Amino acid sequence: MRKYTPKDNLQKKSYYTDRFWVAPRVPKEMVEEGSHFDDVVKALSEVSEIKESAIELGQLRVVINPTDNFKVLEALKERCGYKMMSEMSAVDYLAKDGEFEVFYQMLNLDEAKRVRVVCRIQRDEAVESVVSLFKSANFAEREMFDMFGIKANNHPFLKRIIMPDDWEGHPLLKTYPLQGDETASWYEVDKIFGKEYRDIIGPENRDPSKVDRYDGQRFSRVGYEVPFGTEIDPENEEENPIAYSETFMVDYTTGTETLSRRK
Amino acid sequence: MQVTNKLTPFFENLNFERDDNSMVINFGPQHPSAHGQLRLVLELEGELVKKAYPDIGYLHRGVEKMAENMTYNEFLPTTDRLDYMAATSNNYAYALSVERLLGVEVPRRAMVIRTMLLELNRIISHLFFIATHALDVGAMSVFLYAFREREFAMDLMEDYCGARLTHSAVRIGGVPLDLPPRWLTDLSKFCTKVSYEIEHTYEALLTENRIWKMRLEDVGVLTQEDAISWGCTGIMLRGSGIKYDIRKEEPYELYGELDFDIPISDKCDSYGRYALYMEEMRQSVRILRQLIPMHSKTEPKLMAHAPQYISAPKEEIMTQNYALMQHFVLVTQGMRPPVGEVYAPTESPKGELGFYIKSEGEPYAYRLKCRAPSFFHTGLLQEILVGTYIADVVTIIGSTNIVFGEVDR
Repeated sequence: MRKYTPKDNLQKKSYYTDRFWVAPRVPKEMVEEGSHFDDVVKALSEVSEIKESAIELGQLRVVINPTDNFKVLEALKERCGYKMMSEMSAVDYLAKDGEFEVFYQMLNLDEAKRVRVVCRIQRDEAVESVVSLFKSANFAEREMFDMFGIKANNHPFLKRIIMPDDWEGHPLLKTYPLQGDETASWYEVDKIFGKEYRDIIGPENRDPSKVDRYDGQRFSRVGYEVPFGTEIDPENEEENPIAYSETFMVDYTTGTETLSRRK
Repeated sequence: MQVTNKLTPFFENLNFERDDNSMVINFGPQHPSAHGQLRLVLELEGELVKKAYPDIGYLHRGVEKMAENMTYNEFLPTTDRLDYMAATSNNYAYALSVERLLGVEVPRRAMVIRTMLLELNRIISHLFFIATHALDVGAMSVFLYAFREREFAMDLMEDYCGARLTHSAVRIGGVPLDLPPRWLTDLSKFCTKVSYEIEHTYEALLTENRIWKMRLEDVGVLTQEDAISWGCTGIMLRGSGIKYDIRKEEPYELYGELDFDIPISDKCDSYGRYALYMEEMRQSVRILRQLIPMHSKTEPKLMAHAPQYISAPKEEIMTQNYALMQHFVLVTQGMRPPVGEVYAPTESPKGELGFYIKSEGEPYAYRLKCRAPSFFHTGLLQEILVGTYIADVVTIIGSTNIVFGEVDR
């Protein structure tokens, strides 16, 4: 039976996977009693419910309830010394679970330890903004909104940051194709000329080396000159003594050059 | 709003409001001092900046989206285009996070070569910083001298990998090539040259220069709290008196064994940061000098041995059937790292550069997030520029050393 591929994930997928192949997992270590991360987990469990905590590749990963994100990060900052939020963003799991995974990558400058706080939110849910705790969240949350459409409540200026303000769709969603959707492909035409010019201008040519030899507007003609913008009819093209592409065939025994008849 | 007629035409970049003497100007994205594609909207009161709004996205290429549609090895050359001033540090940061995910061990010779390349790239990037920063502030000649030495460094990169800007000199699991003959001799010559020039040219031209000091001292003051809160890393953080360098605190490659200092400055201004760039170049030279003798003491192996993830050396592929088969699968399908997530921070010349990779066991990364230092330094501009004079804006932008390849990604 053919393996089911979700239709709501348009990203590239492996064309072949061994049906008996089971992907290994990165080892998860338990948090040791009395270690620094143990103190962190204890301090966090006082303010909120910790769903899961484990050390993955040297960094603590804590899964929390999405409603508690502000409280947890505040406790991390005030009580555990995680004063810097080095990164935050989201992972799109809509196709699989109908959820987003939002992560906050925290850094303790004194202990040189890193904690990743992870929470899962539903499709139309928002997270509480943490800009009042970490100013670096200002740009990061805007980027998350821009790329995934996840809103951060009480953000001072939640606006698109990388894409234009009037862009449609959120590019990092799995449902957004790599080449862009229809609105994206007509974005400049719609904006500069208006929708009615789509037919006149035509779709964008993404092949940079494409040469249309019947286009008198953008390409000059090899062999004979025509005025700019001349309409060249491919059906009744006048016979020209110089071929479009000249290839000389050299007969090395006699040393004579002849023009190839190939066109 | 502007009232436009034939005598007072519409200025698209200016918005005069004569009542309260305030003016909104549009700085960039084509301004030469805007370091690429930065657009700043500044609200001025006389010459004082009242509000600054950095507008980014003019160089957005969707690198993170591309990463989800490329196999791990395919994506590596794309990372060159992030911080294009020091491409190897991006290659390395990416390769490191994938290696941590795979759990492979890189051979020692590859580690020596990688550390050399990283430090060489740091010098390249810092020389570029000194050149453009001085040029922005108005010291033209430093630009010419710094670019001369930068050319020598790029010649070394070219000798090693064939490229000057987009190196792709680091592979997942090691490096593709050993150093060419005489490269180490050239490198030690370069070390002598650049450490001489730092002292006798750049510092001689700038450090005690009256104009340079007037333009940089007490300009762009960034307090410790702000530096941490805005997520500043690298020299922006150390320039505010916080001694945090990932090479020392969370060592990767050979940095744990090497002897070098982390300079900090508690002046918190652009001049202090300039001094740090100079000192960091000296430390890089010091690291390079320690690395040169280490190369010959290592085994000649260059790529990690992990047949499931990394192709065997060319020799084995050409002679052994099974190695060839594995190579074929790895090239056509791509490697499949274990399920899990990783965030591997590295100290790039600009600050903390790390790749967060979420793998679902597929040959394509499920999510890749590039933590670019310049992105957060750009965010800082909206606060640090407020209350400064318009003439200092250029100094502050230069001092943050942002590069737009990694801001917009």
